[in-house]
Amino acid sequence: MREREEVSVLEIRDLHVTVGEGDDTKEILRGVDLTVRSGETHAIMGPNGSGKSTLAYSIAGHPKYTVTGGTVTLDGEDVLAMTVDERARAGLFLAMQYPVEVPGVSVSNFLRTAATAIKGEAPKLRTWVKDVKSEMDLLEMDPAFAERNVNEGFSGGEKKRHEILQMRLLKPAIAILDETDSGLDVDALRIVSEGVNRTREEGEIGVLLITHYTRILRYIKPDFVHVFVAGKVVEEGGAELADKLENEGYAAYVKDSNEAAAAEVARA
Amino acid sequence: MSDQITGTTDLTTQPSTLAAELFAPGVGAQAGPPTTPADSTAVPAGAHSHGGPAPTGSPAERLTSTDPDVFGVPTGREETWRFTPMKRIRPLLDGAASDARLTWTTDLPEGVELTRVEADDPLIKGLPEPVDRLAALTRQRANGADVVRVAKEAQLDRPVTLALTGTGGDDVVWGQLVVEVGAFAKATVVLDHTGPAKYSGGVTVIAGDGAQVTLVSVQDWAPGAVHGGQYDAVVGRDATFKQVVVTLGGDLVRLVSNVQYSGPGGRADLFGVYFSDETQHQEHRLWVDHAVPNCTSNVLYKGALQGEGARTVWIGDVRIRPTATGTETYELNRNLVLTDGARADSVPNLEIETGEIVGAGHASATGRFDDEQLFYLCSRGIDAETARRLVVRGFFADVVQHIGVDALQDRLMGTIEARLGALPGLDDQPVEVA
Repeated sequence: MREREEVSVLEIRDLHVTVGEGDDTKEILRGVDLTVRSGETHAIMGPNGSGKSTLAYSIAGHPKYTVTGGTVTLDGEDVLAMTVDERARAGLFLAMQYPVEVPGVSVSNFLRTAATAIKGEAPKLRTWVKDVKSEMDLLEMDPAFAERNVNEGFSGGEKKRHEILQMRLLKPAIAILDETDSGLDVDALRIVSEGVNRTREEGEIGVLLITHYTRILRYIKPDFVHVFVAGKVVEEGGAELADKLENEGYAAYVKDSNEAAAAEVARA
Repeated sequence: MSDQITGTTDLTTQPSTLAAELFAPGVGAQAGPPTTPADSTAVPAGAHSHGGPAPTGSPAERLTSTDPDVFGVPTGREETWRFTPMKRIRPLLDGAASDARLTWTTDLPEGVELTRVEADDPLIKGLPEPVDRLAALTRQRANGADVVRVAKEAQLDRPVTLALTGTGGDDVVWGQLVVEVGAFAKATVVLDHTGPAKYSGGVTVIAGDGAQVTLVSVQDWAPGAVHGGQYDAVVGRDATFKQVVVTLGGDLVRLVSNVQYSGPGGRADLFGVYFSDETQHQEHRLWVDHAVPNCTSNVLYKGALQGEGARTVWIGDVRIRPTATGTETYELNRNLVLTDGARADSVPNLEIETGEIVGAGHASATGRFDDEQLFYLCSRGIDAETARRLVVRGFFADVVQHIGVDALQDRLMGTIEARLGALPGLDDQPVEVA
């Protein structure tokens, strides 16, 4: 069983990340600073292309992204030095915007293999089956779902419920939800949000909620809102900042950012 | 039905016509014999002066004949043979007629009859014709056929199993099997090939109107075995035909699977899975001929290769003729190359001659592990080694699960997993994302 601090802290300091190689190298994250503690819910909001998803995937360790500077630590441990699976076992979880289909691997086999990896031992079959069933019930998922292949032929809503189901069963210290709200109808959004809220109420989970829209924030109340533009956090505040974004959009931030970039080019 | 024969010289009886005769009660005018390649291109012996088909601009017809000499002796440069290592298939092509047989162990549920018919039986004459020299030699030398008959409307309580075991020896075993499933019957037939053999076997499935037929052909041969075969399916009106081909063993396996429809509303699902190890050659060629309206075909073949000289070939030809309105077809081939030194060829061909179809598509992909799948699994705490095994296992299970016979599925997955266990360097491959 993994040892876990009572209170977990994910600390991101001056994180710089690029994609591509050689002449195609592009800097996506340009010095991200962020701290997420157990029990806190942070919303990261920003326009398309601002690097929100890159932040999520970089923390999870997707090899497409290269960290060129800065640090990411979980309870003081160097996350960037860990393999993808080690990060998950350390307590990080990424609910993906586009969950991947894995043909021929059933949901039940996948979930049990993942739970075994995270807990360090196979969960007792009896309680496990019960746990999976009741969590699926709560997420209003058909039991037949467990026998389907991972994400194969799932609707958008089913994929996101499946992501939240995993979060419920794997019980991470810090969960990053990457645009979990995208492509969901109101019902699915409510079900998924309730799943997240149950987890927040039950334990000391830290949530990093990445979203383009304010809609999900009516269901999941953030403690902190960070506005993300051009690869970094440009403004921070409480839940009220989301209301401001709802009314005014990102235009002002994007304009500032463009002007700053222009000024930078002019200086160079 | 005689219209098409008249004026086409002394062609052998047409396969689809025979199929129509066999299931005459359910076959109406609309469900008459389709225009199969055999109808217009079979060139009987001594009729070579007919030359090739007239240049109409439409795709070339496929040559079919029961006469081996019509095809000539392949050199390896022909389109149908260019992927095949000729040296290794010569034992079959040059093989003499023989009395050698595979050892048959059969399990026949109630409602199933196993008989033998002679070469001059009308059933034999009505089978879809051979499409290459080896198949024609096989038809000739099998000298008749073993026939599995499933009574009409029979609902079998378990699969028909024919365990066909090679006993070694240098003689080529020539075989012809006909599986005749009566109207509205539901049957699964398993051909389970094991042991050492040089075997060339034709298999024809005739699915009656409304029948639901599953043919499973397992090639779990001993090392060194050579197996060639032409598989034909004649799918009746509103019938469902499913074929699952699993090729794991042997030195060389070359199977040609053809599907034709004898009435509208038919459906054919062709599944295949193959796993080629060092030096194994596994070739699967498909030809789905849509010539009647409102039929469906779906092809999914998946293969994995590992080791120096592992070689697989997949050719997927689908033709939608002008008469085949309302056709829906899709074919997909995926190859997973596990190590260097292996080669997979994948050639899908889709010829569409009418715009009045529901849909038609194909896809083919050959590559290493899907790194996004690995990342997804690893991001859930699963170590890279376990993730790879899950992905590869799933890659195969995706097809194997279509067999629908649990004990057989478990055995095949066990064989595949044992082979994967021997995979060199699986642990060392880094998770890379393209």
